[in-house]
Amino acid sequence: MSKRTLLGAGGLFAFLAIWELVARSSFVEATLLPAPSRLPATLISEVTLGFWHQMVLASLNHYLIGLVSGSLLGVLAGAAVALFPNLDALQSWLARMLRPIPPLAWIPFAIIWFGISETAAAFIIGIGVFWINYFTAYTAVRAVDPDLLELAASFGHRSLGARLRKVILPAAAPGILSGLRAGLGQGWMTVVAAELFGITGIGQRMNEAAGLLATEVVIIYMLTIALLYGISDILFVKAQNRVLRWQR
Amino acid sequence: MAAIIELKGIAATFPGADKPVFSDIDLAIERGEFVIVVGASGAGKSTLLRVMAGLLPPLAGTISHAIETRPDRREISMVFQEARLMPWRRVADNVALGLEGLAVSHAERDQRIADALRLVGLADYGDRWAHELSGGQRQRVGIARGLAVDPDLLLMDEPFGALDAITRQSLQDELLRIWKETGKSILFVTHDIDEAVYLGDRVLLLGGAPARVVQTYNVDAARPRAREGKDVGQVGVQVKADLATLFDEGDGI
Repeated sequence: MSKRTLLGAGGLFAFLAIWELVARSSFVEATLLPAPSRLPATLISEVTLGFWHQMVLASLNHYLIGLVSGSLLGVLAGAAVALFPNLDALQSWLARMLRPIPPLAWIPFAIIWFGISETAAAFIIGIGVFWINYFTAYTAVRAVDPDLLELAASFGHRSLGARLRKVILPAAAPGILSGLRAGLGQGWMTVVAAELFGITGIGQRMNEAAGLLATEVVIIYMLTIALLYGISDILFVKAQNRVLRWQR
Repeated sequence: MAAIIELKGIAATFPGADKPVFSDIDLAIERGEFVIVVGASGAGKSTLLRVMAGLLPPLAGTISHAIETRPDRREISMVFQEARLMPWRRVADNVALGLEGLAVSHAERDQRIADALRLVGLADYGDRWAHELSGGQRQRVGIARGLAVDPDLLLMDEPFGALDAITRQSLQDELLRIWKETGKSILFVTHDIDEAVYLGDRVLLLGGAPARVVQTYNVDAARPRAREGKDVGQVGVQVKADLATLFDEGDGI
C-alpha cells in the first residue's frame, strides 16, 4: 500500500475517532451529534424496515430522469447554439438572464406545474443539469479547431452532417463529457432539496428524521448520497476513459 | 504537353477582406510537373492553394481541369503545414479520411491505406495514435492521406516549414522519390528558396500588391541535385536577389 493510501485511511480514521470521542463526552447531547458507532445499527434498522431501498430507488428514479433529460437537452441546445450564429445571438441575453436562477428557485413553479410529484423533483434536478451541459457543450463546440474543419472540407466533407460526424462531435467530446460528469454531481446535490417538499425519496426521509431528532438516520442518508455519487462518478470516469482513449 | 489544371486571370482575397490579395494569376500545371510557389508573406500563396482546392471561391478568373472526374478518387488533394491529424483517429483512419464518401469498397480502402502508408515509409504505423508520432512522421501521414485519394494534383502548403532542418531534408528526398514513383503533379508552396530550387521543375515568384506572378524560373538541373553549388546555385541566387528587390520596393511585406 502506498504512503498516500495509508495517510488517506489514517485521516478518515482519525476523523471518526475524534467524532466518537466528542459525541461520547458529556458536553454534547446525543441528538445533536450521534456517535459513529451507532450508525451500523441504524443502517441495519433502516434496511430491515425497508425504508433504505425504497428511498434510494425513489431518489435514483428522480435523479436519472432529471439527469438524462437535462443532459440531453443541455448538450443538444448548447451545441445547436454554438453551430448557428443567429441562434447564438438570439440566446445571448436570454441565457444570461435564466442561468443564474438557482434550480431550487424553480420549486414553486415545479409544484404549480407538476404538483407534488416525481416529475416535479425530476424537473428541478434537470434544470441544474441542463445549464451545466448547455454551457460546456456550447464552449466545446465553439472551440473546435477551424483548421480541422478546413481539412475535412478539403477532402469533401462539407455538409453539416459530415462536419458533425467527422470533426465537431469527436473534437468536442472531451468538453461535452466533462460537462456530463459535472452534471452527474450537480444532480446529486439538488436531489435532496428537490424532495424536501414531500416527494418520496432520500430528502423527504431526512426531513422526517430531522423533525424527530433522529439525527443518526440523517447521517445514514448523508453517507448514502456520498456513496451513490462516488459510484456514479467512478462508473462515468471508466466510460469516459474508454471513449477518450485516444488522449494521452 | 497537356495541362491537368489551368488557371486564367484568377484573383482572390482572404476570407472577410474585400481587396484582392492577388490578381491575374495565370498558371498551367502539366501532368507530372513539380511546381513551386515562393513569395513574400502576405502574397497569398496559401490562399492560391485554397482557391485551387475549392475551399475558397475566386473573385475573378476561371479554373479548368483536364482531369476526368471519377467516383473513386479526388482530382486534387491537399497537404497542410501542421499535418492536421485528427487526434481521435488512429493513423490508418486519418489516412482514410478522404476515402470516406468515395465509391471505394472496404477491401480497396484498406488496400489504398496500406499502399499510401508504405509509400511514405510508415507501413507498420497504422494502429498508432497521432500523439505517438514525431513531427516528421505526422507530416508523412499527412502526405499519405493526400495520396490515398489518388489525386492528379497534390497541393502542398509549406508542408515542411515546421520541421527541423534534418527532418526537412530527409522528407524533401522522400517527397522526390514519392513524386517519381507516383507520377503525381505537385504544387508546393514554400518560403525557403533553397528548398524551392532543390525540389522544383519550375519556380513561380509572387509579389506586389495585389500580388502577381512577377517571375518564373525553370530549374533544369537533373536530379538528384546537389543541395549546394552549381546544380541549382545560379537559380537560387537569382530568386533570392529578386525576392530581396521585392522587399526593397516595399510592396512585398
